[in-house]
This record gives sequence, structure tokens and C-alpha cells, in this order.
Amino acid sequence: MGNNKNQISIEEVGRVAQLARIELTSAEKEKFSRDLSAILDYVDQLDEIDVSTVAPTSQVTGLKNVLRQDVVVGFDQAQLLVRLASTSQENYIKVKSVF
Amino acid sequence: MNLNYLTISEAMDGLRAKQFSSQELTTACLEQIKKYNKKINVFITVTEYLALEQAQIVDRKINNGDKLNPLAGIPCSLKDVFCLKGAKATAGSKILQNYIAPYDATTVKLIKLNDAVILGKVNTDEFTMGSSTETSASGATRNPWDLSCVPGGSSGGSAAAVASAMGFYSLGTDTGGSIRQPACFCGIAGLKPTYGRVSRYGVMSMASSLDTIGPLARSVKDIALILEAIAGVDINDATTSREPVINYAAKLGKGIKGLKIGIPQEYFGQGLDPEVAAITDSAIKQFKKLGARIVKISLTYTKYALACYYIIVPSEISANLARYDGIRYGLSKSEGDLLATYLQTRAQGLGDEVKRRIIIGTYALSAGYYDAYYLKAQKVRTLIKQDFEKAFKQVGVILTPTTPRPAFKIGEKNNDPLTMYLEDIFTVPINLAGIPGLSIPAGFTKSGLPVGVQLLAKQFNEEDLLRTGYAFEQATDYHKMYPIID
Repeated sequence: MGNNKNQISIEEVGRVAQLARIELTSAEKEKFSRDLSAILDYVDQLDEIDVSTVAPTSQVTGLKNVLRQDVVVGFDQAQLLVRLASTSQENYIKVKSVF
Repeated sequence: MNLNYLTISEAMDGLRAKQFSSQELTTACLEQIKKYNKKINVFITVTEYLALEQAQIVDRKINNGDKLNPLAGIPCSLKDVFCLKGAKATAGSKILQNYIAPYDATTVKLIKLNDAVILGKVNTDEFTMGSSTETSASGATRNPWDLSCVPGGSSGGSAAAVASAMGFYSLGTDTGGSIRQPACFCGIAGLKPTYGRVSRYGVMSMASSLDTIGPLARSVKDIALILEAIAGVDINDATTSREPVINYAAKLGKGIKGLKIGIPQEYFGQGLDPEVAAITDSAIKQFKKLGARIVKISLTYTKYALACYYIIVPSEISANLARYDGIRYGLSKSEGDLLATYLQTRAQGLGDEVKRRIIIGTYALSAGYYDAYYLKAQKVRTLIKQDFEKAFKQVGVILTPTTPRPAFKIGEKNNDPLTMYLEDIFTVPINLAGIPGLSIPAGFTKSGLPVGVQLLAKQFNEEDLLRTGYAFEQATDYHKMYPIID
């Protein structure tokens, strides 16, 4: 650590990991802090390009607003999907209380 | 030669001429799997019963004199990110170790409609994140040409399966090189089609603005046959295109006289292995002999492609992988409250590289950073795309090395993520531009490792790409070589 232009601290990694809902060990936080700093240094080279007049590309083949009829299609495998959950009751997926 | 070493088109002819049955082809492949799977670590799941049942149906059709679909009776495999109804789909991850797919991916449905024989599911880097197939929870796959080397990745299981004759072809995915690089490392052909050419429904997403699905096989003709079967519009994948799907195999033989092939100088700089450079040069000479005109071109923004890619990919990963939360499917660790379930499930279920990318992506998309990273990368993406558009006004096809170096040793690049990312330097620009890319075998290093070249064409111009690759293949023997596995 220390030589990177971008310094992503261990605390910052912990905060981001919490947002991403991943519990990290302190060893992981330290490693990812180093990796993240190095990767951000690498991607900093994009700053060399002036993109002030360039439009972003989000859909590369130019498709726009692909629409379809809003019709109900039957699905008879609901039980199969419910069974994939770790806990279920009757035909419902059981989850921990949200509040 | 053993039946499992034929190409698809040879096997198709043999089936129709009743020289052998689909059950014989299938048994030959299953025996190869039994013999070498432990050594090479290719198959995560073998669907032997399904395969033999499918083969039997085709043999019955042949005996009845029914008309056969293309690909009928030909054994193949699927990268373990494809849903095959009733079979495990692990994505090479602990979090999906026991996940049974409840439906077929569109591409799986399509090859089943063609009476394909599905041998099983093959190894991949976890959720396709890697260039070596080492990040899989099922362990590393080995390169059939040299068991101490990686097969490439992330479709390393697919490439190793085809190279070691455990099936005639495999369906893989390519977000930044994951079909072309392993095809190159394993001495076979691999096609990344145009973005939106093949439906992704039922295949686990990594980076949705870049993900594509394509075939790996032993010849360009085989690739053409598979592409025709799997390409086309799908109501379940809104990014699929209505561009017509053509009979690619029928157009292969037109030759390449007068075709302009562009050589971008940016792909021949420092860091290119001298043996790879020499093999690429001799491929260029071969194309010249076949009547192509070689034109030097420039793709100015090439050097920024990898940086652009490593913002866009983790950002989209952080959103796509949020679904693995231990609630609806997959691993679930549930001591404590709901938040604890999320935190622990993902901590225990996801591997190192997946966590790393989710965290980079979450950081890049978090409040205050969006403009500086994701939006900026999308703008640079426009410039990279325009580079190719300009080039294709000048030339019909572009040729580059597929990778800067041949297959590396297992464990060699594990410790530094950036070194691993640099493996994809020649393949990621193609995904950013959404164009098709084909890797074909072009030679061998002195130590006997395969080397490939990459051919590129305009969006939805798979026809010229395959025709060019086919012309090279007709003039060379590299694609006919296969590894002696020891």
C-alpha cells in the first residue's frame, strides 16, 4: 500500500461492502483496499480523453424501446420455483421479517 | 480415428449414410469423459441418461428414414451458466452449488429442437469472471495440450471439452473474450457473435450491455451450422435483433479474392509474444495468398479499451449479482435477521474475484462517482465503437492476434488481478463495439501450445467473418491437430 494515487481506505471498502451486502473479513478488506486502489489508478487513464462532446453508449446495436403486447402468459411451474427457495410454506417463499 | 474426433459436418454425413449411429457417437464421447475428466476437470455434471435418450430418438428417426435436423444426434456440452431443465447449473459458484434449473435457456431449447445430444455442463470461471477457469468453485480446468497450463477462460471448460474430444461442440459465453481466448489457448474455433444476435434468456448474466453467447467447435463450418441454429430474435431477450438469420454454412465457399483485411497497428506493439507475432504474420501472408488485400489501419482508442471495460463490467456485475441473496434460490445462511442473511450468504457463497468485482462496481456506481466512472466509461465506449465503424468503411475484415501470449501456467497470474485482466487486452474492445469476432487456430509455439488469430467484422456481418475463417482453414491444417493427453 501507499504508492497508489487513489487511496481507498479499509473503512471505505467496508462501507461499500456493506452497501453490496457482503460481509468481509479484515484480511479481505485489506486486500480489496489494495486491489481497488490499483485498479482505480489503472482506469484513471480515461481522464486523458476529452469526452465533453461525446454521447454515452448504453445499447450498442442502437435498439430503442423494444415493446411487446401486454398479455398474460400462463406458467404452470410455480411450485418448482418455490421449491428452489431455502424455506417455504405452502406455496409461498418464507423470508425473515423486513422490519 | 475415433468417432469423437470427427467434426460436426463429418459426423452429420456419417449418420445420414448410416456408417455409425448417434448412440455410438454419444458413447464414444461419454467414454472419453470417463477416461479423462478427472485429469482435465472439464465436466461439472454429466447428463448421461439424457444424452443416450436423445441419441436413441435420433437413431430411430434415421432408421425410419425421417428428415434430420442440422445438429441432430451430435453430442455437445453447455457452459455451466446455461439453464438445462432438471440439471444442476452452478455457474462455477458455491452460491449455486445445488441449484437445479427449472427451465431451458432459449439456446438450449433451440438445440433440443434440432435433436442435439447434450452430454452435460462444463466448468467456467465463477459467474464467468476470469480468464483462466481457475476461479471456479469446482477447481481449475487444465489445458489438454499441456496439463500444467490453463485452458483460458471463462469458457475454459467448453474449450477443453471440444479440444479433448468430449463432445463435438460447446455453447459458451463471451463478455470480454471468454469464448475467443479459450478457443485460442486450446487450438479450436470460437465465435463471439454480434451483440443481440443470439438470445441470452436462461443464461446467467454478468455484464448485460456486453454479454453474448456463442459456439466453440473444431471447424469454422461447424461454427456456421451452430450459429444458424441458435441465432435470432427472442421475445424473452429484448436485446435480440430482427436482422435476418442466414444459412451461414451455404455461404462459406465463396472465397476471399479482393477482400480487404485491415491490420490495426495498435495490436502489434510491446508485450506481444514474438512467437505469437510470427504466427500472426504468417497468417497474414496466407490470407494474401488467398487473394485478400492487406491494409494497415489504426484503431486510435484501443489503449483505453481495457480501462473502459473494467469500469463497465464491475458496475453491471454489482447490479446483476444482487439477485444472489439467499432468499429465492441457492445457498442460504440464515442466522440472525434479514440483513445478516444477505451478508453471510454472500460472504460464504461468492468467491474472491466475484466479491472484488461487486465491490469495485458498487464503488463506481455509488453516490458522487457515477459521472466520473460509469458515465465516462460509456462515453469512451462510444469512441471505441466509432473507431471500428471508421475502419469498416475502409476494410471488410480486421485481423489481430487473439491474445498477446499463448496459454500460461496454472497459478501464474492468480495473485494480481490487473495482470489477469491484461490477458483480455485484444478481445475486450470487440465487446465494447458490439461487433462479431472469430478466433481460429493459426499455428503452434515451439513448445507445442496452440496460437490463434482473431477476425472481426461489422455488426451482424457474421457471414464475411465465417467465410474468411473458412478460406484460411481450407488452406491450412492447424484445426486438424489434436492433443495427445497424457
